[in-house]
Amino acid sequence: MAKYLLKRLAQILVTLFVFLTLVFFIVNAQPGDVSNFYALNPDVPPETRERLQDLFGVNEPLWKQYLVHIKNTFTGNFGISFSHYPRSVADVIMERLPRTVVLFMTATALSFYLGFALGKILAWRRGGWFEYTSTVGGVTLYTVFTPWFGLMMIWLFAFKAGWLPIGKFLDPVLWRDASIDANSVFNQMILTAFVVSVVVFAVFVITGQRRMGNARIIRIASIALASLAVAGVWISSGTVVFAWDILRHMVLPVVTLTLISFAGTMLLTRNSMLETMREDFVMAARAKGLPERAVRDKHVARNALLPVVTSFIFSLAFAVDGGVITESIFSWPGMGQTLVSATLTEDLPLAVGAFVFVGIFVLVAHLVADVLYAYLDPRIRY
Amino acid sequence: MSAVNAQHAVPTALWRARLRLALQSLRENWQLFVRTRIGIIGLAIIGLYALLALAHPILMNTVWEPRTYDPVVGYAFDETQQPAPPSLKHLLGTDPLGRDILSQLMFSARSEFLLGLLAATVTVVIGTAVGAIAAYFGGWVDTLLMRLADIMIMMPAISVLIVLSALIGVEHFELALIIGILSGFGATGVVLKSQALSVVVKPYIDAARSAGGGHFHIILVHIVPNLLPLSFLYMMFTVTSAIFSEAVLSFLGLLDVRMSWGLMIHTTESAGYLLQVTEFWWLIFPASLSITLLCSAFYLVGRSLDEVVNPRLRSR
Repeated sequence: MAKYLLKRLAQILVTLFVFLTLVFFIVNAQPGDVSNFYALNPDVPPETRERLQDLFGVNEPLWKQYLVHIKNTFTGNFGISFSHYPRSVADVIMERLPRTVVLFMTATALSFYLGFALGKILAWRRGGWFEYTSTVGGVTLYTVFTPWFGLMMIWLFAFKAGWLPIGKFLDPVLWRDASIDANSVFNQMILTAFVVSVVVFAVFVITGQRRMGNARIIRIASIALASLAVAGVWISSGTVVFAWDILRHMVLPVVTLTLISFAGTMLLTRNSMLETMREDFVMAARAKGLPERAVRDKHVARNALLPVVTSFIFSLAFAVDGGVITESIFSWPGMGQTLVSATLTEDLPLAVGAFVFVGIFVLVAHLVADVLYAYLDPRIRY
Repeated sequence: MSAVNAQHAVPTALWRARLRLALQSLRENWQLFVRTRIGIIGLAIIGLYALLALAHPILMNTVWEPRTYDPVVGYAFDETQQPAPPSLKHLLGTDPLGRDILSQLMFSARSEFLLGLLAATVTVVIGTAVGAIAAYFGGWVDTLLMRLADIMIMMPAISVLIVLSALIGVEHFELALIIGILSGFGATGVVLKSQALSVVVKPYIDAARSAGGGHFHIILVHIVPNLLPLSFLYMMFTVTSAIFSEAVLSFLGLLDVRMSWGLMIHTTESAGYLLQVTEFWWLIFPASLSITLLCSAFYLVGRSLDEVVNPRLRSR
């Protein structure tokens, strides 16, 4: 296992260098240098341009520039954003990254839960109207033109019905007189969600291992207690209005993302279930006289879970990349929207910084996925 | 005398038998394809859009006057207000700049087909070459190509396209090339290699080698034909992703194309009609539905081809 890990790590490092080299050559194939982009901007004084030229080493020979580029990447020094002047690129990215990650973690988790639950039923009731409608509906949503579907959701639930806000991260009118800034509220929300999920997960694992008769009651009670505690802490802190505002803005993008992506998981679960159902232990479970529900949930579904978990981890890795479309539609200020708006406003340092960051994120997530896969599947031993 | 006859008879008979076998397997595969039903729906939609694309130049040369109906520079002088609702002269109305929507739709259908075809061809040519060469030679060639494939697979595709569109002007041709290279050296190449691996161990490859066949000859004549069915399947999925990427990028206003379905929605958005879905439906629905329908059509054809080509699924 350690040998495999080292090998993967070396591969990832090589890939990272190839990726950075590619980025360097694409950027350097452009006429002029990075500081030219600032030449016509009245907000950027000449001294800043000179400092930038020093920072990127544009007057040095090419191989030195390349070394500077690699060094800047590893020290997180991507220069200064042009559309967010005078904020640094790293600062903008650090603000945007958590928003993307939270949005897509929630949506991916939801869509896999929904897809797995539906796929289970689908494999069990083959040939019925349920299979037909959910397959056709799921595939339609899966291949729909995403921006258009997002638009229809906004139009229906935000514009016509007025239940939810139209895009963006928060309501500026509400936040105008706020004594606290959005990032700290958002970070507190992430912390809360993390603590609650760890506690609930621990309760589930403990009750599952002890095989207690009243496990279900303990689980429900723990979830209820946790939500009560969260509500209590947030209301007493006084920032609950702002947290609620951010949550309301999250609903529509999360629902849209879930709807367009659950069909993939559903079909995958169905195929995997159908393969597992032919195994001998399923027949044995039936012969023991177990109820159909127990055979489905405890014997087939658990063994069919592996490919689903793998695809879940891989789709988390690509979430940051796929975010471009949804974030642009819902004006959600995450990495994808940052990349698009930086590209459209020709903010080259921010665009390259965001791109390099997305690349590194995908690489690291891939490594994690590989390791988890090797750990989860007992058939794979390195 | 009889020996001469036999020499003459064998090649013709072989040729006929091969043709008969090919036709028979084609008929069997067609029946498998028809049985899945979803493939037929996909083919029907593709046929409809192909007809629309073919009809556009004919209409432009006969019924439609270019000054009014040109998809890019035309202007509907007969309407007092733009965007005009659907009428007999403009079946799907006009856009905020006074151009006929139906003409734009049909004009774009042709470029979507060309884009899809080019992207799929580039993907499959590269993918088949990578797969066959990696499987046939093995060793460091294989290692090199598969590490390259790793890099391509890990590239965040949409972000790459966005950054490239900022740095170089991307049109349909460049877009097709980029998608083809990313997918051909990446995922498609890996899948085709795993198929090629099962081909290179067959006895006839050894036979060809001992008969003195060169590397190039063996790869081209004995390996590549066995990869073609799977290549064809991956062409379908590439078409879907090419049309989708084009639509997304031109919707975001990042492509330098003259007209496309994504650009039609972009025009609607920049003119501010995007949320008036019921009042100005002809500005939003035709283009969006076309993208959705054509993408899912190629996806459906790919799914049912999968059942025909993929031996793992066929038994079901």
